[in-house]
Amino acid sequence: MAEKKAEQIPFVDYLKLGDKPHLVANECTACGARFFDRRSACAKCSNTTFKPAPVATEGILRTFTIVAFAAPGIPVPFVSGVVDCAGTSVRANIVNCPADPRHVTTGMKVRLTTYPIGTDAKGTEAINFGFEPIA
Amino acid sequence: MATDDIYILGITMTQFGKHKDKDVLDLATEAALGALKDGGVSMKDMGVLAAGNLMGGARPIAQEIQKQIGQTGIPAYNVSNACATGATALRVAYLTVKSGEADFGIAVGVEKLAGVGLLAGGARKEDGDTWQRSGRYGAVAPVDGRIGTDTMPGVFAQIGMEYGHRYGGANFELFAQISEKNHSHSTLNPLAAYTKKMTLEEIMGDIMIAYPNTRPMCSANCDGAAAAVVVSGSKLRTLSKEQQRRAVKISASILTSDPYQEACQVLPDVNTLTRMAAKQAYEKAGIGPDDLDLVELHDCFATAELVHYDNLMLCPEGGAVDFFKSGATWRTGKMPVNVSGGLESKGHPIAATGIANIWEICHHLRGEAGDRQIQGAKVGLAHVIGLGSACGVHILEKSAA
Ligand SMILES: [Zn+2]
Repeated sequence: MAEKKAEQIPFVDYLKLGDKPHLVANECTACGARFFDRRSACAKCSNTTFKPAPVATEGILRTFTIVAFAAPGIPVPFVSGVVDCAGTSVRANIVNCPADPRHVTTGMKVRLTTYPIGTDAKGTEAINFGFEPIA
Repeated sequence: MATDDIYILGITMTQFGKHKDKDVLDLATEAALGALKDGGVSMKDMGVLAAGNLMGGARPIAQEIQKQIGQTGIPAYNVSNACATGATALRVAYLTVKSGEADFGIAVGVEKLAGVGLLAGGARKEDGDTWQRSGRYGAVAPVDGRIGTDTMPGVFAQIGMEYGHRYGGANFELFAQISEKNHSHSTLNPLAAYTKKMTLEEIMGDIMIAYPNTRPMCSANCDGAAAAVVVSGSKLRTLSKEQQRRAVKISASILTSDPYQEACQVLPDVNTLTRMAAKQAYEKAGIGPDDLDLVELHDCFATAELVHYDNLMLCPEGGAVDFFKSGATWRTGKMPVNVSGGLESKGHPIAATGIANIWEICHHLRGEAGDRQIQGAKVGLAHVIGLGSACGVHILEKSAA
């Protein structure tokens, strides 16, 4: 008997699940600046209209840190970094990779991946994204 | 002295460290009364008071200080601008005097932080029992730690590592050497929270907070206060020869915020606004980086100090690693940086920092820095960054009198 698949929701609004999980930015229709949060206006040009823009799912790790002391409830150590996804910078954890400087280096190629972070009282599973090294 | 120049007449910092028996007001008023005494003036002379106490939240610290040392009815400003709070308070006093509205003004910054884990893990909201979207990312739970890090050591680690990625040569050992320098400098500063020399091995072998920043490479949370009295050039002319001799000219007082840059809302960009502030300050003062005898810059983490060598144009663009390796920024080098010990060793009582770094510069320009005196210092630069972001740069010159 097949178990009913838990309902899944993305961890943040700008993560789109489905067959090809990807991030969607709010792109300013005037200057092209991209943002991941709910916008009042564009920080670059103050224009107020935006369109959804899919972000490349592969990129280069431009910088990282290995966080050893974090707030309660966050498993440590973990790798935090900034990924240059074809010109759009994305903040994310680097996952599926040992959290040590021998395995994580700036300039390495990474790709978007998703993973569950937990199931709530209603049985809904929240899915987060991270980036993993491309072997 | 030009009548439209503004001078620091009196300035003080308290001992940085743990002050178990002193509260925020004890420290703030100790600094304020100290600065007034140092300048040979009193609260009755002051035309404006600006004060900051970042951890105090909405507390009216300026009026609370007045209630301890003199309620004279002058305008009081409560200032909050992250780690640039002290510099911002000073600038409020500076601008009031510059505008001609007052002859004298006083700025105070104070913090009680000893024992607070503020710059490490920080607080974080609990996850709820059902996923609920909230905030501007529509996140179903706190993002810190799940989508990158909000911790200060982690943010500034990434800022330093990004510089290394762009220009090469920056690694764990190099960042640790910067920290080694500042800890070594602090041994000559009796007001520093920590005055212990540390070897490179000790620094690299200490507890890792956020790679590549180990504990001694992070700013030291501590208690402390600093205060400064500013005076107009025209008023200074009427004061004693001794006051004129010890007065330090504010050749530039600049405050910037972070202009939009790609990625600045993903990882704070502390570079562009610092470079802007430095450029404006050098232009305003008619002074170039080569003219500086010493620099106090915002080494909230060892990884931050490296990028600010470049941002403040102390070295050619992209050349911070070689610049540090040349020994230039040690107190014996050609551009001593953080001879106070910096935030890593002197300590970082947040709102006090932006005045305390100016105190350090003034101390040298007045020739009063004792064992750690940079001989013949005539010009210095003080820099702070408050994440969010705000950057304060002050260029200070020895009085010609
Ligand atoms: Zn725009």
